[in-house]
Amino acid sequence: MSDFWGLYNYWIAIFLMMVGFYNVIARGNLIKKLIGLNIFQTSVFLLYISMGKVEGGSAPIVGAGISSFSNPLPHVLILTAIVVGVATTSVGLALVVRIKEAYGTIEEDELIAQESVTQ
Amino acid sequence: MSNFVDIALLAFLALVALAVTRTLNLFATVALTGIYSLLMASIFTTLDAVDVAFTEAAVGAGISTVLFLATMALTTSHEKPHHHHNWAAIMATLITGSALVYGTLDMPHFGDPQAPIHQHVAPHYIEISPNEIGVPNMVTSVLATYRGYDTLGETAVIFTACMAVLLLLQRDRRGGNRNVMAVPDADQRRGGQSMQHAMILRVFSKFFIPLIFLFGLYVQFHGDYGPGGGFQAGVIFASGFILYTLVFGLEKARQVIPPRTLQALVAFGLLLYAGTGIATLVMGGQFLEYKALAHEATHGEHLGILFIELGVGITVAAVMTTIFFTFAGRGRS
Repeated sequence: MSDFWGLYNYWIAIFLMMVGFYNVIARGNLIKKLIGLNIFQTSVFLLYISMGKVEGGSAPIVGAGISSFSNPLPHVLILTAIVVGVATTSVGLALVVRIKEAYGTIEEDELIAQESVTQ
Repeated sequence: MSNFVDIALLAFLALVALAVTRTLNLFATVALTGIYSLLMASIFTTLDAVDVAFTEAAVGAGISTVLFLATMALTTSHEKPHHHHNWAAIMATLITGSALVYGTLDMPHFGDPQAPIHQHVAPHYIEISPNEIGVPNMVTSVLATYRGYDTLGETAVIFTACMAVLLLLQRDRRGGNRNVMAVPDADQRRGGQSMQHAMILRVFSKFFIPLIFLFGLYVQFHGDYGPGGGFQAGVIFASGFILYTLVFGLEKARQVIPPRTLQALVAFGLLLYAGTGIATLVMGGQFLEYKALAHEATHGEHLGILFIELGVGITVAAVMTTIFFTFAGRGRS
């Protein structure tokens, strides 16, 4: 039982990662793919932050009467990754907008059909 | 108790992710991802990552939701229904997922202080950095000093992403041959969509926007002592501007901060960061070795952190606002 709760956080992270992965590979709508990619990305954030947690620890800011801290390094990595993530997502969304303007659709199967006609 | 909260929040998170997969209406999906991010931010708070929670709340529940909505306004809000399950994809996710779960079986348990991750550089950051750098928030000192190169690189990535969005979306759709007659028409159509006539929203946002900016400034300049820093302050500032734009319309927002000024700020923040590095070189230190900036080591560290966090904050705020303006402006031409 302790095994189960000890690994619960990681398993939820894996579950979220797989949900995101499924949306990326199985869905034809490009916006849905990007949402899936976002879920995939946040699952990695969850994994890192979960690993950084120390039982009984506190947020890594020095204060009176606090002696045990969680690991600050994953926090730094993920903090910057979130902002970089939204910046790169917006590049993806910009591409989606251009694809819509060029092809009139953002469904993958229709895009492939149009491409094969023009060839 | 906190463990129980953690378990319940994570279960909710999994449910919301499933709901995202099953919903075909993209508006509903994006609303769900807003909830998802808010849950994620709460989990980060229970896991002691307060700085990360700040960022996730402002980025996930704020900026990225608005960007998705803006994209849907330009494309479509409905996903084409598929009546068959994609068994190949389900098998691929199941196999990958089981392999990953098998991999976790050897992992140290959640919260274990003896885990290898806590043995390598973390003790140095926790025990020595408050005296070496003189900054109580270890996340800030790691971000700005020990990993200052990474952070510079990440700021450059954000800058590059902004350039990419501008290149993709800013050009006029028909080779610069903008149809002038169509613009007032489109303006009227959009004017109806901005919330200018919603009185409650207008009054409340007028009341809240100054508070958001004030809080952004606090997060920016108090980041050494409490949770906060340039990344968090940047996204909080940007969400204030985005709220203003949503309520009062793009034209008014462009009068407040002209896009040219914003684009100059995008570059200025990154230059301020890199310039701090050059300044340390000129003053006899290594690149981004802030000790060289003042006679006393911790004083120099404080100055260096102040400058680079300011650079990060300016670039992040300007990039996020520019990206939003670019998406919002695309529908008008």
